[in-house]
Amino acid sequence: MNKRAFIATIAELVPQGSRVLDLGCGDGDLLNYLQLHRGCDGYGVEIDDQNVLQCVRRGVQVLQLNLDEGLKMFEDSSFDVVLQIDTLQNLRNAETMVIETVRVGKIGIVAFPNFAHWPNRLSILRGAMPVTKRLPYQWYDTPNIRVGTFYDFELLAQKNKIKILDSFGVKDSHVMRAFPNLMAPTAVFKIEG
Amino acid sequence: MSFIAIPQIMNFSEPLNLCSGDTLESYQLAYETYGQLNDSKSNAVLICHALNASHHVAGEYEGEGPKSVGWWDKMIGPGKSVDTDQFFVIGVNNLGSCFGSTGPTHLNPKTKKIWGGAFPVVTVEDWVSAQQRLVNALGIKRLCAVMGGSLGGMQALSWTLQYPDQVLNSVVIASAPNLNAENIAFNEVARRAIVNDPDFHAGHFYEHDVIPRRGLKIARMVGHITYLSDDVMNTKFGRALKNDSLKYSTQEVEFQIESYLRYQGEKFSEYFDANTYLLITRALDYFDPAQKHQNNLSQAFEKIKSKFLIISFKTDWRFSPARSREIVKALIDNKRAVTYSEIDAPHGHDAFLLDDPRYLSVVRSYFEEIFKNLEN
Repeated sequence: MNKRAFIATIAELVPQGSRVLDLGCGDGDLLNYLQLHRGCDGYGVEIDDQNVLQCVRRGVQVLQLNLDEGLKMFEDSSFDVVLQIDTLQNLRNAETMVIETVRVGKIGIVAFPNFAHWPNRLSILRGAMPVTKRLPYQWYDTPNIRVGTFYDFELLAQKNKIKILDSFGVKDSHVMRAFPNLMAPTAVFKIEG
Repeated sequence: MSFIAIPQIMNFSEPLNLCSGDTLESYQLAYETYGQLNDSKSNAVLICHALNASHHVAGEYEGEGPKSVGWWDKMIGPGKSVDTDQFFVIGVNNLGSCFGSTGPTHLNPKTKKIWGGAFPVVTVEDWVSAQQRLVNALGIKRLCAVMGGSLGGMQALSWTLQYPDQVLNSVVIASAPNLNAENIAFNEVARRAIVNDPDFHAGHFYEHDVIPRRGLKIARMVGHITYLSDDVMNTKFGRALKNDSLKYSTQEVEFQIESYLRYQGEKFSEYFDANTYLLITRALDYFDPAQKHQNNLSQAFEKIKSKFLIISFKTDWRFSPARSREIVKALIDNKRAVTYSEIDAPHGHDAFLLDDPRYLSVVRSYFEEIFKNLEN
């Protein structure tokens, strides 16, 4: 996945000048991009020391918190957009965090690896957990503890009465709207509580 | 070997009205400065000290060697996290202290007697008001940062509430928006130990030519326990014995931890003033910026303009991360600029004075950003 191009694709979904909260912001790349190119401001949340340091170095405001402890710190609808890019699959309380995302944000944008992408299905048919460019980990050392599909997320949203404003797959930074559950390694959802 | 620091004194003749209603007619502040103030006077950083420290923040005193090194020398100096090649750093001693600024060991100009127990109660806000006059007198209109740990962090926070236009950045480390009951309780034990020492004489022990050492020692022993984490104490001392075998004595030192605490207490009682200890712990107790705002910290922070770096340490139980997060939350509620780092250091509250590389790097990077954005 081309990181720069993927960031640009996600940024398209964020309205100009939004106040954003980026959950699991990593080294602050996306927030930095949103600040520079879309006039946004806000905070990143990150747990890793090295990533926190990278954020501080580039002047991205970062809060070192453990997302598994929830979003108590943030009030209802206190951000225009809450981003959860490649974070959900690492969280123990994934369902709560999706609900929290649309509580704190007027809209939420969630992206995660789609485990129903056809090479993954093939791998499972062969009897082995997928190891791909998008999912480079072995099953025994993967940080991805919540393995879901594009379709699964639709069900989760439905269960929690979360409205899907837009959804699509992403492959090689191209938006894929046809058969995303089968064809896309990455699922992207724009949601509202 | 660090650089040579030179302590200075500034006198103030304009009376200072204190929160208690008392007035200090005149007073002096001890301070030190490191580095050069730039032409636009935009690179000044003020360092606020915690309980037992002083204006001697960094460097060594001429001819006194490494033993005289400042209390935050690991953080501040040429090439360090707060780089004195880039910033003009001011260390200031607070009112009521025993290290040079006007305090209980000084003469009360009205009575011509040593203040002792009659020295007025001072608060964090009073200290900050006095510090602001020093900053003004040095010709600095706006600090690019004010920084402190623990009680020093409370001052760094109070600056942004008292003088919102005079501070660009506030760095608040291992601190809290107020003390909780447990914390006040520890302070009270320490104060009672001092006040109940027969040598205390209601704070006028100087006249009797004695020092309430026993009280001071116990106060320091209690304090010291709360500055360390359980893990560090167990790693450092565990149940190690002072001697080869048990003495079966209730009075003598049996365990290494006892020996250590007695030594720390002893050392402290030789250089610290008992009245200062009472005053400073009281200032800690009183600090509570939310109190005038229905205990709503977010409301109290509405006037804040500064940007913040907040740091806490996971094993600090005296000023726990949860307390720092309260500050962070109130800033976020007000859409203020804040970065928060929670350092997984094992050392408890003491970590803010130590040299954990993650901690020092975050501060360094934050100050590099401040330097990049300085007005020239």
